[in-house]
Amino acid sequence: MFIKQLSIFIENKVGRLQAIMDTLSENNINIRALSIAETTEFGILRIITPDVEKAKQVLREVDVISKITDVIAVYIDDKAGGLAKMLKSITDAEINVEYMYAFLGRTEGKALMVLKADDEAKAEKALLASGMELASPDII
Amino acid sequence: MKYWQEELETMPRKKLKELQNERLVWQVKRMYENVELFRQRMDEKGLKPEDIKGVDDLHKLPFSYKKDLRDYYPYGLFAVPMKDIRRVHASSGTTGKQIVVGYTDGDLDRWANCFARMLVAVGADENDFVHVGYGLGLFTGGFGAHDGAVKLGATAIPISAGNTQRQIQTMIDFGSTVLCCTPSYAMYLGETINEQGLKDQLKLKAGVFGAEPWTEEMRHQIEEKLGLKAYDIYGLSEIMGPGVSCECEYQCGMHVWEDHFIPEIIDPDTGEVLPEGEQGELVFTTITKEGFPLIRYRTRDICSLNYAPCKCGRTHVRMNKPQGRTDDMLIIRGVNVFPSQIEEVLLKVGGDVTPNYQIIVDRENNTDTFLVNVEMSEEMFSDGIKKIEAIEKTITENLRSTLGIAPKVRLVNPKSIERSEGKAKRVIDKRKLK
Repeated sequence: MFIKQLSIFIENKVGRLQAIMDTLSENNINIRALSIAETTEFGILRIITPDVEKAKQVLREVDVISKITDVIAVYIDDKAGGLAKMLKSITDAEINVEYMYAFLGRTEGKALMVLKADDEAKAEKALLASGMELASPDII
Repeated sequence: MKYWQEELETMPRKKLKELQNERLVWQVKRMYENVELFRQRMDEKGLKPEDIKGVDDLHKLPFSYKKDLRDYYPYGLFAVPMKDIRRVHASSGTTGKQIVVGYTDGDLDRWANCFARMLVAVGADENDFVHVGYGLGLFTGGFGAHDGAVKLGATAIPISAGNTQRQIQTMIDFGSTVLCCTPSYAMYLGETINEQGLKDQLKLKAGVFGAEPWTEEMRHQIEEKLGLKAYDIYGLSEIMGPGVSCECEYQCGMHVWEDHFIPEIIDPDTGEVLPEGEQGELVFTTITKEGFPLIRYRTRDICSLNYAPCKCGRTHVRMNKPQGRTDDMLIIRGVNVFPSQIEEVLLKVGGDVTPNYQIIVDRENNTDTFLVNVEMSEEMFSDGIKKIEAIEKTITENLRSTLGIAPKVRLVNPKSIERSEGKAKRVIDKRKLK
């Protein structure tokens, strides 16, 4: 079970992130989770939103490039060692984590992580096999 | 020593013209017989070699272009059998392919003499140590300066380009007195030498600097930093290499060695020869070159000619520093760069790279900066940073190997490159050189 993520290209230039946020705001698009990855020359903004298709469309209209990708959203225990436990199942299956970030908001006793692995299908299988709970798209 | 070839350098203009007449007639005849492209162009104009009786008929002759060198690559425009070509040199062309030029024994000898004239004009003689900091290789700069120094009877130090510390150490230990390199490199050497407090140990007295545009302000700074007198030289591989023209001690324009090269100034749009003193495109005819001669070669450099007598006693016409180009060629750190080369590389890179680019050239601390912005596309973009970085790196590497100079590549937003009337502005040159 994957959820949709929107990856957005950000040119390394003052005001680019602001312009993207303004566009999303004007179109009433809510962001539920986000992370920014950066290099010296450019960045990638990754967001989880219920309106992923609409977000892509409105960004395209203002010449911002984005791409929809599948990621895994997995519940972990909201206590010390919760993340380590989840990662162990991934590590044991010899899967690389490309990036990971936390979901905003809380479910009682749980935290929700967004995870991108080099082999998504294998990661999903490994997580389920170790009894981890994956979030479904409708939690967004 | 005041002149290297006094009789030729100070020849009265009337006599000089007679010499040019005789040499031009000889050149046109042999090129008509030996160079297919030239013969075709003469025939198209209904011209026979006999129609050219001297310099006054020069304007009737067909032009030649940089494109010709590419079309007839590598040896198609040579006027002698390859067994008589003693050396070849090359430089960058408008596209990925380089252009090749060739020299006979006689050509190499005349070239060395032209450069020796130049060394004498800046005050050098057989007691000098000529530090050749131009690259020795296919580039004409290094060998041109080296052969000139040897011809003069001076001591040549063929250190070639690069490795600043070794340059400085050699300059001090070997006692270099005349420095030949690009002006931006001279500036860099000067800065490094001053930072290290080594200026007092230098014996430099003159510098001949060329292969890229520079300003009077830079001249003063180089003179101050290196404690020498800085002279401007001009040359291009197609015509010969460095030594086509240079400044004398009075520094009031560069003397063109007219016994070998006839300059004309034309209107780049109509091709008409412009009246004396007017600014336009510089065109050269080589009247003594045997291996690779050119008739009315369009340099694309914009300048003017001054036929007034010079205080130095040389009678040869003076050209002023080129004021620009009629094409879009850029000179970045001494290297010729055509925007079309960048487009070609981007199209070849693959990975859905767009050919939407913009070149931004600037000058920081007297060194050119070279930035290439490339517009991102939906197809090129992916969620992975490493993948995008790999594309960036491939573009940089391909540009470096094609141009011979490494740009900084930046990926930018689609449609972020300024367009006027739908046409993208490909070049922004922020260097202020006038």
